[in-house]
Amino acid sequence: MAEYVHASGGPLFHIGRYVLMIKRSFAKPERAAMYWKETLVQMNNIGVGSLVIILLISFFIGAVSAVQFAYNLSQSMVPMYYVGFVVKESMILELAPTVSCLILGGKIGSNLASELGTMRLTEQIDALEIMGVNTISYLIGPKLAASVTMIPLLVVISAITGIWGGLLAGSMSGYVSGADYLQGVLMSFKAYNIFVMMVKSVVFGFVLTSVSCYQGFYAHGSAIEIGKASTRAVVLSCVMVLFADLILTWLLLR
Amino acid sequence: MIEVKDVRKVFGTQEVLKGISAVFETGKNNLIIGKSGSGKTVLLKCIVGLLTPTDGHVLFDEKDYVAMNIDQKNEIRRELGMLFQGGALFDSLTVEQNVRFPLDMFTHMPLSEKRDRVNEVLKRVNLVNANHKFPSQISGGMQKRTGIARAIVMNPKYLFCDEPNSGLDPQTSIVVDELIMEITQEYNITTITNTHDMNSVIANGDKIIFLHEGNKHWEGDKYSLFESDNKELIDFIFASDFLKEARDARFNKLKNKV
Repeated sequence: MAEYVHASGGPLFHIGRYVLMIKRSFAKPERAAMYWKETLVQMNNIGVGSLVIILLISFFIGAVSAVQFAYNLSQSMVPMYYVGFVVKESMILELAPTVSCLILGGKIGSNLASELGTMRLTEQIDALEIMGVNTISYLIGPKLAASVTMIPLLVVISAITGIWGGLLAGSMSGYVSGADYLQGVLMSFKAYNIFVMMVKSVVFGFVLTSVSCYQGFYAHGSAIEIGKASTRAVVLSCVMVLFADLILTWLLLR
Repeated sequence: MIEVKDVRKVFGTQEVLKGISAVFETGKNNLIIGKSGSGKTVLLKCIVGLLTPTDGHVLFDEKDYVAMNIDQKNEIRRELGMLFQGGALFDSLTVEQNVRFPLDMFTHMPLSEKRDRVNEVLKRVNLVNANHKFPSQISGGMQKRTGIARAIVMNPKYLFCDEPNSGLDPQTSIVVDELIMEITQEYNITTITNTHDMNSVIANGDKIIFLHEGNKHWEGDKYSLFESDNKELIDFIFASDFLKEARDARFNKLKNKV
């Protein structure tokens, strides 16, 4: 394993090593109870730990969207209840899953990469390997499981908070009444859009966690390298989330 | 017993180990000594399986570790304990949880039994009243002792110590060395210690292997160490001019006596 850590190569090498890491992270656990315990810890760290920032950012995104749409619609013949409709559609289809996951890419991505990188640097991963623990499965598997369960929940909370933020900002600014806004929110409801949001959030959660774990797990060298791995984790996971967003939007919204 | 046969390790174009063969005996503290960059850590990592030798064999009680698949290796790994240079304790776990970790992962013992076992080994390494402290809250010496407790909690057949004295003051170093020695004899395990601390070599060298530039240059014990005429070994032992002068002065004194 140490050789794989210190080895370096081109993009194909990294893609191959990443795929092998994903495969090994689904290996059979040595002790299911220990993995479950670790998964709960990660669910708390990723889910509960990110709740405040998601609430805050989503509220403001929804609020700003509502005011901007209302400002544009105020100079047209389009009825004002469309503000609620547009905020709802943009929160569900794009803003909640993508912007939330970009924010989480920064918060969770750097956290996971630096945690695993520090474990590598201080030989904690070697200590686990010497004990006979499948380190990839034990350290990365629970993080992936926690992400694909908690990030969709956070995205749902983000969408609700954003729509609610739009209601408050729209009505407080005087552009649109609460009743009109809610009429727009309830207008033309498509369950398929919720499905698209959930698919995006699961895929984005998986991508940002696995890319960040990869950067941290294979970090080596000095403390400076941990910082670099952390930066790479954030940048790469954000780029991969945006790339996945484009592909999924093409595939799901034809 | 652990045996290494013609172990070579090459990184790119650099040959770090150039065909090392040695036998590490049970119930003894087997030391690997040598200057920084001589290949001791690479040899230790090849033995424990953190690195795969380019050529050669590592035999644990005559079973070839290098040729084993990952499941077979994991079986052997559950019989070995390792003390790392920096302790390698899990930051997020307390001392008790660190020591209990292998029991939690690999045994079906009830919690009360696991706690008894943890307390037993913590007492054995003279670490009491530290169960609920985190690694960051204890001293370097206590971290090393916690590392030893974690390494022996599963009753290993083999114990590996990578630079057990690094970062410790001379008195704590002696305590850690004595502990490793006592545990080796008490549990009759095969211990391999990688060190360049001469106090430790003189106190605990039941069997010593001296590496120089990837080759085994000398093999013996603490009694034969000073009788060797191996130039590299002498340079390693008497590293400073002061020690060389002290040695020459002693030789001259003995010569005059004779």
